[in-house]
Amino acid sequence: MVVEAKNLVKKYKEMVAVNGIEFKVREKECFGFIGPNGAGKTTTMKMIYCFVPRTSGELQVLGKDPSVHPELVKADLGVIPQDNNLDEDLNVFTNLTMYANYFDIPKTIARKRTRELLDFVQLTEKEKVKINELSSGMKRRLMIARGLINDPKLLILDEPTVGLDPQARHLIWDRLHELKNQNVSMIITTHYMDEATELCDRIAVMDKGKIMVVGKPKDLIREQIGEEVVEVRLLDTTVDKLKQDSSGFQVTLEETSQKCYLYCRDCRPLLNHLADKGYKHILRRPATLEDVFLKLTGRDLVD
Amino acid sequence: MSIKVSYRWTKVWYRNYISFLKFFYVNLVGNLGDPILYLLAMGFGLGAFLGQIEGVSYIQFLAPGIIVSSAMFAAVYECTFESFLKMIHLKTYDAIIVTPVNIEDVVAGDIVWGATKAMLSGIMMFVVIAAFGLVHSWWSLFIPLLIFLVGFHFASLAMLITAWAPNFDYFSYFLELVITPLFFFSGIFFPLSQSPGWLKALSGVFPLTHAVELSRALVMGTVPLRPVTNILFLIIPSSGLFYWSVWRMKKRMIK
Repeated sequence: MVVEAKNLVKKYKEMVAVNGIEFKVREKECFGFIGPNGAGKTTTMKMIYCFVPRTSGELQVLGKDPSVHPELVKADLGVIPQDNNLDEDLNVFTNLTMYANYFDIPKTIARKRTRELLDFVQLTEKEKVKINELSSGMKRRLMIARGLINDPKLLILDEPTVGLDPQARHLIWDRLHELKNQNVSMIITTHYMDEATELCDRIAVMDKGKIMVVGKPKDLIREQIGEEVVEVRLLDTTVDKLKQDSSGFQVTLEETSQKCYLYCRDCRPLLNHLADKGYKHILRRPATLEDVFLKLTGRDLVD
Repeated sequence: MSIKVSYRWTKVWYRNYISFLKFFYVNLVGNLGDPILYLLAMGFGLGAFLGQIEGVSYIQFLAPGIIVSSAMFAAVYECTFESFLKMIHLKTYDAIIVTPVNIEDVVAGDIVWGATKAMLSGIMMFVVIAAFGLVHSWWSLFIPLLIFLVGFHFASLAMLITAWAPNFDYFSYFLELVITPLFFFSGIFFPLSQSPGWLKALSGVFPLTHAVELSRALVMGTVPLRPVTNILFLIIPSSGLFYWSVWRMKKRMIK
């Protein structure tokens, strides 16, 4: 096991950020945490990378207790936090060599590794450039290169692609897939459900400091939602009428103020039936992780 | 909460040193501008109206104290504004403490760096003063060690303030209520021997006063009146402040 948590709790004065969670991250696995803001994802990550001490419970990272041997644990971690905190006093190349020095990596190896990593994240031409001259996509890529400088056994990424354009996101996904193929274990948090589906082998859905479910994205979708969804906009119909019209089908129905969602295994007969009944604003699509997320954590705004 | 400083503080010191080299000339002007102005304005300007003080010209009296005060200001600046910037705004501390370097190492590295910069600043000031022909003894070769200790003391004190500071404004209070009074009442500008008893007693507990006494003796080649007391006052409060600031900073960063 790369990470093992039992009954893990974190309290900040009165506020309970993480409320007794249990999970395991296996070797060579990409494990994802998803959940609304304030769900406790980042706090969980911070406990893993020894930034925040736990209040109670058990936690083992790479076989060691972070509160007893933080230096040993951190030596084998690659951490990419939510905010880019590159060293703005140093240029791109020195950012990596200086970081290598924090890990006691000898100078010649550090320089070699820096060149390889800049090549890996496609920043070789930028090696002499100052940090504040980089675009946000480049900064994020450099953060990933920095997180890999010590050849970590476990890579921790807190929202790896937040605020990036699609090109930059896909480039980062490519790099992360390559790392997965090299059997690097990873833990990721993200607000992007497509990202979680794309990258994660297993996902934990968190809400209010608890883990609601854990599983493979496909399994979670099948267990929680089904195969498909029909969305009905409530423009020319009402919830009651829709309930009546769909009563002959095996569906679960969820309503919001503007829309109804009907979850089913194969929605085509239902869709045809509704179309025959004159429904115009209907859409049939495959169920996604976003449906799982919203079903489990609710549709109300959290903050 | 236990405090454990490892050899890794040197890595933080080294980071600051490399960053310092990039801004070497800016740093140079910033550190020397003020003390040279004081020396010229007070020493030559005001000094022209004054007779001899303790048997020497006013500028001669003033110069050894200015070496020490330039070191004090350099250390204070480094471990208030610079450290706060790295901690809160640039998140440099956050980036470093997820490596095997712990927060204690980061704080210790910043404090020793503050002392180093104080030493460099004091040495540059010393060279200027020597150029004015105001250095009279080979004992002054001990000046770098003395100002390193001064730097370490004020870097630790400043770091403690930084550990409490909610924002940059907080440092103005520290500078105006602590550092400036120390600057004026530690025997740099006038001899404390002729001051009222309460002031003499008060300034006797300021480590800066003891540093100024030692600096004057080293520059002039005279025998200090109370060398052991001077040295104890430079070392004991510093060690206490050092541990307190590292502890306090850890408490702030690790929640």
